[in-house]
Amino acid sequence: MRSFTAKHGAHVVRLVPGAVLLLLSTCAWGQQKQTPPSIFAPASTPAHEIFGLSMFVLAITGGIFVVVGGLLTFAVIRYRSRPDDDASEPPQIYGSTQVELAWTVVPVLIVVVLFLTTARIIFGIQDAPEPQRALDVTVVGHQFWWEFRYPKLGIVTANELHVPVKEATYLHLLSADVMHSFWVPELNGKTDLIPNHPNDMWIAPQRTGLFLGQCAQFCGPEHAKMLLRVYVETPEQFAAWVKEQQRTAVDDPAVAAGRHLFETQACTNCHAVNGTPAIGTFGPDLTHLASRDTIAAGAVKNTPQDLHEWIKDPAHFKPGVLMPAMQLSDPQIDQLVAYLDTLK
Amino acid sequence: MADQPFPIAGSIDVTPPRARERLTVGEWLHGWIVTTDHKRLGILYIVYAIVFLLVAGAEALSIRIQLARADNHFLTADVYDRMFTMHGTTMVFLVGMPILFGFGNYLVPLMVGARDMAFPRLNAFSFWLTAFGGLLLYYSFIGGSGLYGMGNAPDVMWLAYAPLTEKAFSPGHAMDYWALSLILSGFGTLGAAINIVATAFSMRCRGMTLLRMPLFTWLMVVMSGLTLITITPLTAAQIMLVIDRYLGGHFFDTQAGGSAMIWLHFFWIFGHPEVYVLVLPVFGIANEIIPVFSRKAIFGYPAMVAASVGIAFVSTGVWAHHMFTVGMTSVSNTFFVLSTMLVGIPTGIKIFNWLATIWGGKIQFRPPMMFCVAFLFQFLIAGLTGIMLSVAPWDWQLHNSYFVIAHFHYVLVGAIVFNIFAAIYYWYPKAIGRMLDETLAKWHFWLFLIGFHVTFDTMHFVGFLGMPRSIYTYEADRGWGTLNMIVSIGGFIQAIAVLIFAYNLVYSYFRGRIAGNDPWDAWTLEWATPSPPPVYNFATDPVVHSRRPLWDLKHPEDPDWKYE
Amino acid sequence: MSAIPVTPPAEPWSLPSRGRVAMLSLIIGESAIFTIFVVAYIYYIGKSLSGPTPQQVLDIPFFNTVCLLSSSVTIWLSERQIEHGRIKAFAALWALTIALGIEFIIGTGLEWHKLIYIDGLTIHTNLFGTTFYSLVGLHATHVVVGLLMLTLVMLFTLTGHVNVRHTERIQVLALYWHFVDAVWVVVFTVVYIVGR
Repeated sequence: MRSFTAKHGAHVVRLVPGAVLLLLSTCAWGQQKQTPPSIFAPASTPAHEIFGLSMFVLAITGGIFVVVGGLLTFAVIRYRSRPDDDASEPPQIYGSTQVELAWTVVPVLIVVVLFLTTARIIFGIQDAPEPQRALDVTVVGHQFWWEFRYPKLGIVTANELHVPVKEATYLHLLSADVMHSFWVPELNGKTDLIPNHPNDMWIAPQRTGLFLGQCAQFCGPEHAKMLLRVYVETPEQFAAWVKEQQRTAVDDPAVAAGRHLFETQACTNCHAVNGTPAIGTFGPDLTHLASRDTIAAGAVKNTPQDLHEWIKDPAHFKPGVLMPAMQLSDPQIDQLVAYLDTLK
Repeated sequence: MADQPFPIAGSIDVTPPRARERLTVGEWLHGWIVTTDHKRLGILYIVYAIVFLLVAGAEALSIRIQLARADNHFLTADVYDRMFTMHGTTMVFLVGMPILFGFGNYLVPLMVGARDMAFPRLNAFSFWLTAFGGLLLYYSFIGGSGLYGMGNAPDVMWLAYAPLTEKAFSPGHAMDYWALSLILSGFGTLGAAINIVATAFSMRCRGMTLLRMPLFTWLMVVMSGLTLITITPLTAAQIMLVIDRYLGGHFFDTQAGGSAMIWLHFFWIFGHPEVYVLVLPVFGIANEIIPVFSRKAIFGYPAMVAASVGIAFVSTGVWAHHMFTVGMTSVSNTFFVLSTMLVGIPTGIKIFNWLATIWGGKIQFRPPMMFCVAFLFQFLIAGLTGIMLSVAPWDWQLHNSYFVIAHFHYVLVGAIVFNIFAAIYYWYPKAIGRMLDETLAKWHFWLFLIGFHVTFDTMHFVGFLGMPRSIYTYEADRGWGTLNMIVSIGGFIQAIAVLIFAYNLVYSYFRGRIAGNDPWDAWTLEWATPSPPPVYNFATDPVVHSRRPLWDLKHPEDPDWKYE
Repeated sequence: MSAIPVTPPAEPWSLPSRGRVAMLSLIIGESAIFTIFVVAYIYYIGKSLSGPTPQQVLDIPFFNTVCLLSSSVTIWLSERQIEHGRIKAFAALWALTIALGIEFIIGTGLEWHKLIYIDGLTIHTNLFGTTFYSLVGLHATHVVVGLLMLTLVMLFTLTGHVNVRHTERIQVLALYWHFVDAVWVVVFTVVYIVGR
């Protein structure tokens, strides 16, 4: 195991429900740079409340395990048959109403306590009133990518959600096709995106950073590559990002050939580029594609080489993806990539 | 007692069990196919289930190889999706339920002192419906996209959430095979359940009042009753799906105003009680084995019956705890939190009663008891992780993560499969006439126990770290690689254990020690018959006076009926 | 029983009929199937995206309903006859039951013919069509199965194979027929009164 930084160490302290978990988690962390999206490293208000509740429940269930498991272990060891036993049968006991009544009452009491605690958190998270200045985002699940719309800001983007730190963001969850589920463990529990059944959830991140998640409801062959990236930014960073996203697409005459190709091929059937004839809605909006870190719903880094490969054969990265290979020649794809890379 | 013949008729037959006339292969096969004997049908169910257990186990291994490291390419996404769909569907419908109905078929008439089930021909019909249902499901590998598109199969999870199952998203015939095979085996299950209820109520021997029935029989009755009201909603929902796919209906067609939510409700109205359908008979198995190997009567028989009925009753009102993330109102969420936690109370009673049964006994660690003791610990943990999942806010995190997979495998493997192994070690001598080899049994037990814990204990932590279920691969930067490798290694240890078990079944059939009528010195009526029992079970109808008729015979100075 | 030195006093012993237990179990299972279809029907009332609606096309099938419900009475009367060994009276009432059942199926057929060819409502048209044909069709299927079994008994009666010893079996079958009638009460209420 390699050493891990102080930041990781801080996580671990919060993460300690038991020594085993600590050991296993740090093993997993030793290998990679990015921390796992652990539910025990909350970074947002609802996730914090859930974390607190989960520690309470873990303590109670752990206590039950120690007591009952201990009794079982004792009984199994103490009352095992031994070689020097005589052949007689042990005393036969058929039951005892008092004893049975006693061990019915104890679980009842535990259930009451757990239920009341749980109910408080359910209402606290689910029925929290939306603050005036909360950011509204409409999330639309597609096979196999995420569409993010900021209706008040006039922004449409895909797969990478930008939100300000220390502010509540309310997500309005819709689906364009089948069921999906929005899950970024460090920010909140998951909520499903269901066709004909709009849902809501909210997050209020307390620290900046990149938080990973992914679709948590099986939605078809590429469910595993329907990844989520949430960028929690300082208010200044977020304002800058908003400003950039609100501009119409860059129109660089140097890449006119690529743009022409884009607008005359089938690309425009599915993709939109703001301010151009491309207004398709089946695929992600590409107006500011070059500002995103990843393509293909987080499955591929957004580099010219990978973008080239992606356009050439999307199924190479995501078998089962709905984007077809367009049968373009390599020079044509280069032109396209050059155009797309200007869409900052 | 060995010198004293049991006065319960049937046991007087001292013909060596294997002195039978030689049959040709054709006659032998014909005999098994046309049989209406509950014991033969029981064995057919069990053998059928074990075959599918090996198939679904192989599917699980292919899943584990694929997930052993990040960005693996052992399976393609399509094949992976088929594997986990078929693994789940097979284990629940073609392994779990048939094997338990197999034990029910074999044991219920023997335990209540009857010569056969209430409806022997319906019994055979039910088995063959189930059997052909299974074949139909696996035929989808060939026929899923018509014969020209070989190698298709259902790929939508065994939960088959709408609208992914609609024609628009699942073209081809794989889904049709899935729905039709489950409808077919569903009717088979319905027939088997009716038969068990009728047998237990109407075929009991003289003196076998309801409160003297062995607990296994009781649990089979409760399970069958629960089956009547839970398999049928699934059948209804499948009929709707078939109407959608073949007749252009709109039940789950969200484009035409249909609802994805209604499938969720219908499926889980079946799906949650289904867990209890599988686990209740397994409680019954523990209720038979734990007393015999602790040498004590079961503690609190009436409470055990009441708790079983209570679990079945409450389990019909908890289904939406699988739906905490679909956006129900806070009030509904709270309701289902409460109803789910209530299940913990009768379940707790059961664990305490088993503990009290062991307490003060003389525990013999023979193979059936070893599996049962492991079951007690594992079921305790499964129950506690179940409580964690019932806490709705925590479930918003844990739902559809590997924690859930770990939890329900703790129930399905840690409790159900362990007890099924216990049951096979316990009743194999009765059905076959020979003991299973005990050395192989111990290898099987310890390897399976280790493999089980390596796999499923670790899996909880993968879930804590945010890994969702049903993904065919994962990104290397997520940090799930090491744990997944451990999980996969455990899977292979379990596989080795199961192969040892399968070998033992065959080996002991030919080479096992002759068992005799009552190898475990047990107390229920099936041990009063020869091993294997004759077709008619009992030469004259037995009469019982207590819950443990053989105890009364072996201890005439202190019979049970004095205390009941 | 000589091996047991002291036996407790013998108890009176009687068991429920296996036919009745099994039929009641079947009825419980079937009720669950119908419940799911009824719930789906109620859930989708008024949710169709296009016409026709139940108000526009459904007529209340009074005559049909009266026929089916009275068949429950006639089958009950025929049970009484066989109990007392009056085979001729049994046969007559049994035949009447079958006739009433057939009338119900014909009535449903005519209703469906009108809906399909005049109103253009098929199972594919909208949610109303899907749920209506499924629920009513599921019930009609049960009536047809019931009629087949009733006809089988009728054939045995006419060939002289039915006598007083078959009372219990006939009562078990009648139980199923009563169930089918009872389901119609629910279907009728939901489809023609609540949903219209």
